[in-house]
Amino acid sequence: MKSLRLPAALAAVALIATGCSDEGGSADGGSYPREETLYTTGTAWGPPTSWNPMMRGGYAVGTIGMVYESLFHYDPESGEYVPWLAEGDEWPDEQTHVINLREGVTWNDGEPLVAQDVVTTLELGKVEGVPYSTVWDYVESVEATDEQTVTVSFSEPRAQEWMNWAYSNPIVPDHIWADMEETQIAEGANEEPVGTGPYGYESHDDERMIWERNDDWWGIDALDLTMDARYVVDIVNASNDVTLGMLTQGEVDVSNNFLPGIDQVLESNELITSYYDGPPYMRSANTAWLIPNHDVAPLDDVDFRQALAHAIDMDKIIDGPYSNLVEAASPTGLLPEWDDYIDHELVEEEGYSHDKDESVAFLEDAGYLDEDGDGFVETPDGEPIALTLQVPSGWTDWMEAARLIAQDAQAVGINIEAEFPDPDLVDQNRNSGEFDLVINNARQLSNTPWTYYDYLFQMPVRDEQTTVNFHRYENEEAWDLTQQLAAVPADDTEGMAEMTSQIQEIYLEELPTIPLWYNGQWAQVSNANWTNWPSEDGDLATPAVLWDGWYEMGFIETLAAIEPAE
Amino acid sequence: MWRYIGRKSFVYLLTFIVAVTINWMIPRFMPGDPVRSMLTRAAIDDPDALARMTDYYNEVFGLDKPLYEQYFAFWAGLFRGDLGVSVMLYPQEVTDIILRAVPYTLALLLPAILLSWIIGNRFGAFAARSKILDNTLLPVGYILTATPYMWLALLLAWSLGIVAGVFPTSGGYSFSLRPEFSWLFISSLITHWVLPFLSMFIVALGGWAIGMRNLIIYELEADYSNYLKSLGAPRKLIRRYAFRNAMLPQITGLAVQLGTVIAGALLTEIVFNYPGLGSLILDSLNSRDFFLLQGVFLFVVVGVLIANFIIDIIYVLVDPRTRVQMTGGAS
Repeated sequence: MKSLRLPAALAAVALIATGCSDEGGSADGGSYPREETLYTTGTAWGPPTSWNPMMRGGYAVGTIGMVYESLFHYDPESGEYVPWLAEGDEWPDEQTHVINLREGVTWNDGEPLVAQDVVTTLELGKVEGVPYSTVWDYVESVEATDEQTVTVSFSEPRAQEWMNWAYSNPIVPDHIWADMEETQIAEGANEEPVGTGPYGYESHDDERMIWERNDDWWGIDALDLTMDARYVVDIVNASNDVTLGMLTQGEVDVSNNFLPGIDQVLESNELITSYYDGPPYMRSANTAWLIPNHDVAPLDDVDFRQALAHAIDMDKIIDGPYSNLVEAASPTGLLPEWDDYIDHELVEEEGYSHDKDESVAFLEDAGYLDEDGDGFVETPDGEPIALTLQVPSGWTDWMEAARLIAQDAQAVGINIEAEFPDPDLVDQNRNSGEFDLVINNARQLSNTPWTYYDYLFQMPVRDEQTTVNFHRYENEEAWDLTQQLAAVPADDTEGMAEMTSQIQEIYLEELPTIPLWYNGQWAQVSNANWTNWPSEDGDLATPAVLWDGWYEMGFIETLAAIEPAE
Repeated sequence: MWRYIGRKSFVYLLTFIVAVTINWMIPRFMPGDPVRSMLTRAAIDDPDALARMTDYYNEVFGLDKPLYEQYFAFWAGLFRGDLGVSVMLYPQEVTDIILRAVPYTLALLLPAILLSWIIGNRFGAFAARSKILDNTLLPVGYILTATPYMWLALLLAWSLGIVAGVFPTSGGYSFSLRPEFSWLFISSLITHWVLPFLSMFIVALGGWAIGMRNLIIYELEADYSNYLKSLGAPRKLIRRYAFRNAMLPQITGLAVQLGTVIAGALLTEIVFNYPGLGSLILDSLNSRDFFLLQGVFLFVVVGVLIANFIIDIIYVLVDPRTRVQMTGGAS
């Protein structure tokens, strides 16, 4: 075959050429040394395109946390705020918060961190498209009283809400952002992020995001945190099979996705571990709710919702699709970390559990009867009921759970069909209110149950509900109480418990949404190359998830604690 | 000859126009709105900002114009090599993204198609009428050709990748490397290329080998073969004549198979997370990136058309009979 000679010759030439060029290679040899590189996956669903912390949902995850830092961090284990860019703070009165910044913090372009940076960051909230515009609903003014001191005055005291802002929003440098054009602030890609954090942007391509350690980070001296991982390579999510393969081959060190069947791997492979040795293996991260659309009859009827809540057999879902990787949610929907705030007596009295007979009783008492004999109940007016439960296609655990929920509902005579549209379509339908039922878990663990009640009760309901109250529920009293909860001083646990107890009463009575299970902090780690991961037996109890918002809840400490394997 | 090429070109041009039109239509008539899903991901709270940004992006993507204008704008852009801006990788150009992925797909496709065709043909011709090979290796060929690309890909990934640990199972190169022109990087490219290449090569190989074997047997039964044999010509000579005749249907087969092979390549890429056009199609579908999706499809369609055109011309060069027919000579 003559035709084979040319390609062979070309290949030979190419090999010789590359052989020559190799000698002139850099000291790094073009590769990230394995013992200094942490490989992660589970945060990015597409190639990284933006490093703009103002583009929520658009920036490469890690931009906030790795590069940009917030004033405080929050430790969900102890329930305490950890001063971060702030060194200390005090509340001279309810309406004023004085924050002292840390000395010696520098931006990675060499400029020092000053009080004006904090002022500018807050002022940016007035720019259209910046995600924290709501902060100006209750902040009156913010002032740099001196180089290192910021005084925030509130028109309305909302300590909880403010502290939530203070630890989940990053400070950006005044010398770069103050003069930026408005469109750049809201939509620019910010390719060269200037932050104060332990890592900086190194490079990216379509399959990965690479962060490089900032050796001048203030935390090395001030917090005694040193990162052994010089590079963090975050790989864009691949299919579950590919991820599992990379994990078992030691190509990935942390995977933050739900991997079906991971329990078997955790049991059989010694190198792959999770926080708990046995079920549920992972700690909880957020509550998955069944969201009924209150604009759709009969989902606006509390008796109907009660019947639905009683019909669902959570144990079957947990044993089945989840193989015990999750736990059933409390009827209040509050996370186990907020156990102090759960009113257990109330739950005992008012809470629901799986009970088919009771479910049927709820339906009968409210007049939902099957008159036409098709096996499904009709409304008291005799209208047939046919509802759909939409779950994103490809989310196999949720799809399976949705099928089971539909089965359970049908067993008591509620006609629900599970549907699996494309993920984006589910989001669009959810936002615009064109759905009957969806499952959602948008709100994560945080410093306060207020974030959950904000999610459940926020008013007013708009045409597009993009972040909260997807169920379009309107209850003035509950929203009022939620706003009062926001005002309870951040360290007043008792006051908060009292407040949340009142809200729980309304919640359990009205059941605007139905809590299902606690989604886990999916973190399966490989000990092949990095060890000392957080576990129930070890000293370290910080999270091992790189999702947005978890850097401020201890992941930075995890990064400092892990060590290269021998 | 030129009349033939002219006629063929016209047919191809027509196919091209129809393909581009369908290609433009499919994403636009799919459910879902790319701008809305882009903004859904951004989770913007403020209704005013949402409305403003929707307008802004609709203008950027040209979705605010009536459909016929969008259609003509698409054609105009096409001739400038401008396929618009990607939603998934906003604000990158679709053309740039595709050009980045094309080398990977070509590096898989070309060797897999050509090598499997050449080796398959040789092997099929060699195996025909040889009892032992006919009874042992050809059944394997039948199994291979009936194997779905994806299934073989999974099998190879599991056996050679995960169990044996010989080859990596994911990506175009190791995540521990910076893309550069060094031996380390190129060797990583090669090891990552082996498994996807093998899974395509093996499946295609079986088909060609069986096709060739059957054709050779048919040709050996033909009068001219029997005549040669009765003249006492050596076996090798007869087989050479048979081989040349059997090649012709195999060339046509290549043209027909091209589409299937490319579809197989796209699936294989997805299994191995290989950064070519196949993975790009999946990603753009997932993020409702119509512009990227139609760009990739367009690329594939044009590629198939060009390849078919080349095969058509080769056919004329290889088969003197078609040439004679076309120039109107007596047959």
